Amino acid sequence: MTALSALIRRDIRIALRVGGGALIGVLFFLTVVVLMPFAVGPDLALLSRLGPAILWLGALLASLLTLDRLFMADHEDGSLDLITMSRTPLELACAAKALAHWLAAGLPLIVATPVLGLLLNLDMVATGAVALTLLAGTPALTFTGMIGAALAVTLHRGGLLMAVLVLPLSIPVLIFGVAASQAAIVGPMTFGAPFSILCALSLVSLVIGPFAAAASLKHGLD
Amino acid sequence: MTLIDLANPTRFLALTARLLPWLAAATIILLAIGLYQSATAPDDYQQGATVKIMFIHVPNAWLSMFVWGVMSIASLGTLVWRHPLADVAAKAAAPIGAAFTFLALLTGSLWGRPMWGTYWEWDARLTSVLILFLMYLGLMALWRAVDEPSRAARAAAVLTLVGAINLPIIKFSVDWWNTLHQPASVMRMGGSSLDRSFLIPLLVMAIAFTLLFVTLHIAAMRNEILRRRVRSLQMMQASRVAFSEVGTGSREGSTSKEVGAA
Repeated sequence: MTALSALIRRDIRIALRVGGGALIGVLFFLTVVVLMPFAVGPDLALLSRLGPAILWLGALLASLLTLDRLFMADHEDGSLDLITMSRTPLELACAAKALAHWLAAGLPLIVATPVLGLLLNLDMVATGAVALTLLAGTPALTFTGMIGAALAVTLHRGGLLMAVLVLPLSIPVLIFGVAASQAAIVGPMTFGAPFSILCALSLVSLVIGPFAAAASLKHGLD
Repeated sequence: MTLIDLANPTRFLALTARLLPWLAAATIILLAIGLYQSATAPDDYQQGATVKIMFIHVPNAWLSMFVWGVMSIASLGTLVWRHPLADVAAKAAAPIGAAFTFLALLTGSLWGRPMWGTYWEWDARLTSVLILFLMYLGLMALWRAVDEPSRAARAAAVLTLVGAINLPIIKFSVDWWNTLHQPASVMRMGGSSLDRSFLIPLLVMAIAFTLLFVTLHIAAMRNEILRRRVRSLQMMQASRVAFSEVGTGSREGSTSKEVGAA
């Protein structure tokens, strides 16, 4: 347990310091959202209607962008080999790393959501709904994206290939995330049903993600 | 003859060389029967002659999912049992599955034009099959991104299994999202809702397409084995040329092992 908490602390510290690049995700999120009014026009009514979808897409892309670093930096300096060989099960170590990554790169996205909601003319309820769904949904993005990150590090190929592999897997999260936000804003559905499915998706990926990532690291690293 | 006896690629090649003509002949005969029956099937009272697209469309759609199942079993073979031909099977199946999925989408969109008045609709079934197609393409990209087959095999196996878990989730999420496509009508509780004159040609076509897949898959596996042999022979030759002046025999050991594995 201490090993895992040490791993989490170490990862967060590395991510937040110079060269970590966790906060670049927030900057990317901001840039994507700012780009949107240029594409669809500065129509506030339209923006507030599209708002939840824009925020979700931005968060999805931002969390995908930062995932590249999840195993790559550790692989480059050799600490990934130590983690693989340590007595802590690799599945738990992967889960700890993903949790640390979510705390360092995912949580800032949610904190930034109210500000971006202001830019998109979302009211309090809508912003709260989007932030809540992001809080429930981004762990799923991180934990499924971790599989892609593990594949990328074993294949020495990152970037586009990883995006192509991971994005189709994140479609359910996107569907239910946006559906729950829309349900809270305009109805007529209840917020509870899509939101609980979103939570279920996060829990499922919490289980599948570490096992798949650990399997691909175990078989792929040599 | 068990599965493990086929672990020897030479034995597999010998067996399939005998098997393949029979499989191909059975496929052609069944396809001919199925196509004839489909052509002579009565027109639907509502859809007219366009209902005949179904006899091509439905088997393609079935196979698009069946092939992913085959790849998942092959991936288990790679990761769990380390069967030497499992990754060959998985690699050979991916382009075939992508082709079936593409044909299902294409025939579906041709069918949708007269029936729904549009080639494409963001409907649940269509969308989930499109995602399946994207995942096939991603898997093929993964195979092509890495030049060392065994390394690519394990990565692709993990991805195939994750996809196998995720595909039902995607399917249900998309179902919930929006729907226009008719629900399943052949296999459902309380018997098929299809008339017998449609059902029999459809089943014949489904069996014929499955046989077609088996034939193509075995042929593609043979090609892949031969391709790997050519590759390791080329590498052996290259290393012989490179090391002939130096005169070290150390490289030969590793390359000849690779030939044995191929």
